[in-house]
Amino acid sequence: MTDTLTESRRPRQAGRRERQEPSRPAARRRNWAGGLAGWLWLAVVAVPLYWTLITSFKAQNRYYAGNPLVPTADPTLDNYRLVIESDFLRYFVNSVVVTAGAVVPAVLFSFMAAYAIVRGWRMRTLRAMNGLFLMGLAIPLQATVIPVYLIIIKLQLYDSLPALILPSIAFAIPLSVLVLSNFIRDVPKELFDSMRVDGATEWTTLWRLAAPLTRPAILTVSIFNALTIWNGFLLPLILTQSPDRRTLPLALWTFQGQYGVNVPAVVAAVVLTTLPVLVLYAFGRRQLLSGLTAGFSR
Amino acid sequence: MSVLISHQPRRGPRSILPWLAAPALVVFVGFAVIPLVGVFALSFTTWDGIGGIHPSGLTSWRAVLTDPGLPHALGVTFLVMAVSWAVQTPLSILLGTFMAGRQRYRAVLGVVYFVPLMLSSAAIALAYKALLDPNFGLGAGLKIQVLSQDWLGRPGLAFAVVVFVVSWQFIPFHSLIYQGGVQQIPKSLYEAAQLDGAGRIRQFFSITLPQLKYTIITSSTLMVVGSLTFFDLIFILTEGGPGDATRVLALDMYKRGFQASLMGPASAIAVILVLVGLALALLLRRLGGRDAGASQLEGA
Repeated sequence: MTDTLTESRRPRQAGRRERQEPSRPAARRRNWAGGLAGWLWLAVVAVPLYWTLITSFKAQNRYYAGNPLVPTADPTLDNYRLVIESDFLRYFVNSVVVTAGAVVPAVLFSFMAAYAIVRGWRMRTLRAMNGLFLMGLAIPLQATVIPVYLIIIKLQLYDSLPALILPSIAFAIPLSVLVLSNFIRDVPKELFDSMRVDGATEWTTLWRLAAPLTRPAILTVSIFNALTIWNGFLLPLILTQSPDRRTLPLALWTFQGQYGVNVPAVVAAVVLTTLPVLVLYAFGRRQLLSGLTAGFSR
Repeated sequence: MSVLISHQPRRGPRSILPWLAAPALVVFVGFAVIPLVGVFALSFTTWDGIGGIHPSGLTSWRAVLTDPGLPHALGVTFLVMAVSWAVQTPLSILLGTFMAGRQRYRAVLGVVYFVPLMLSSAAIALAYKALLDPNFGLGAGLKIQVLSQDWLGRPGLAFAVVVFVVSWQFIPFHSLIYQGGVQQIPKSLYEAAQLDGAGRIRQFFSITLPQLKYTIITSSTLMVVGSLTFFDLIFILTEGGPGDATRVLALDMYKRGFQASLMGPASAIAVILVLVGLALALLLRRLGGRDAGASQLEGA
C-alpha cells in the first residue's frame, strides 16, 4: 500500500549510470511531465506555508514594509504571546478532550461491530447493520446537523464538550467499521477455528486474536479519526456558544474576527494550532499518511 | 450460500455477536440515522431554532423550491464539484505517478506535499485569506499588480480561489491514493509493452490509465461526494460571497438555518443535499460496474 515509499524495493543504483534506454524498466525512465508537475507542486505547497511561518515572527508595525517573502531581521514572539494570552491553552485542552473522548469509543465500538459483522456474516441482522453503516459513507453527514442540534438541545448538552463528542463518534463509525472489517476478514479462518477448539468465547477471541492481529489497522483508523475530529469546525460552530467551550479551529476563526487586521497575529494563531499535528507528522509520518488513505487504496 | 459448512462456528440464537455490534449501532442510530430521518421530518415544520416546532406541511418546501437561491446554490455546488474534479484529477494522477517512482528525492518532496493534509480547513482558509488580502497580502507586499487583486471580492476570482484552495488541500490526498494504485500495477505489463516498443507516453495511456480505472472511480467518488461537504473552507474564505457567488448548498443550509433561523427551509436544503449525495454515489458506483463496488465495500 502506501508504505511502498520506503526503500523496500529501491532501484538498483546501476540503472542510473546506464545510458541504453531499452534496458531500463519503464518505471525508472525519466518522467518529464511528472517531474515538472512535481517541482511546480512543491512550490505551490511550500510558498504559502513558508509565508505563513515567516510572517508569524514579524512585528505588526514592521509587517507592511519590506519584502513579504524575506524573513524579518529581528523576529519577535509577540504574536505568539498574544495568541496564548487569548486563552489558546484552554482551546487546546478542549480539542484534546473532544478528540480523545470521541476517538477511543469510536474505534472501540467500530472494532467490536466490525468483528461481529465479519464473524456473523451469516446472520441477517449483522448484514443489515453493515449495510446501514455503509450507507453512512454515501451520505454527506453534514446534512444531518440540524436534527443533531435539536437532539443535543433536548439532551441538555448544548454548549458542552459531550455535545461535540457524541455526534463525532457517530460520524466516525461508517468508515472505521469498513476499514476494520476489511482487515479482520484477512485474519486466516484457521486461527479462529483453533481458538474455538480451545474453547475460547467470541469475547476472548476478539481481544486475544483479532485485536493483536489487526493492531496496525486499529492505529491507522484511530489516526484518521483523530485528525478529522481535531480539525472539525462545523460541530463546534453550531453546538457550542460560550468562549470557553471552543475547540482550536473555532477559536482560530473567532480570533481572526477579533484581530483580523493584525495579519502576523492571525498567522501565528494558524501556526500554533497546527503545531501539535505537525509534531506528530514529524514523528509518525508514515503512519499518519497510511491512516489517511485507510481503506481507499486497498 | 446457506449450505452448512462444517468448519463454520455454530451460532445459535444466543450468539453474543449482535451484542458486540450494539454500541456502534446505538450511537450511529442516535446521531446519524435518527437525524437523517429527522431532517426529512423537520423540512415539513416551522422552527426558529429556539422556540417550539410547528408542523407546517409543505410551506418550507414551497419557500425553498420557489426561491431562485436554490437553483443558484445547486449550480454553484455542481460547478465547484465539476471544476475542482477537473483540476484535481489530472494533477493527482500526474503527481501520484511521479511519487510512485522510487527515486529518493521524490520521497523527500512527499514530506512537503502532505503537510496540507494535516491542517484544518479553518487554518488553511484563514492563512489564505490573509495571504490574498488585496492591501496587506503577499501580492501587495511584493508590489506585483497581477497578484494584488481583490481575490475574494470579485465573483469570478472568488470562485477560482475556492477551487484553488480546495485543490491545494485535497490534491495531496488523491495523489496518495493514485500513488498506491500505480504501485500495484504489475511490472510485467510495462516490460511487455517495452518489448513491443511502446514509448513512455504510450505506456501511460495504454497501461497506467486503464489499470488505474478503479482508483480513478474511488478517488472521483470521494472528490465528488466530498465536495458536497466543503463547508468550513468556503464559510471562512468567502462566507458564500461576494454576493452569493460561492454559496454552495451546505453553506446555504447553514445560513438559512443558523443565521436566518429558518430551520424548516434549511432542513429542506439538507434533504436535497442528501439526495444529491446518494444519487452521485449510486451513479459513480454504476459507472464503475458492480465489481468495483463489491470489492471496495465488502472487501471480498
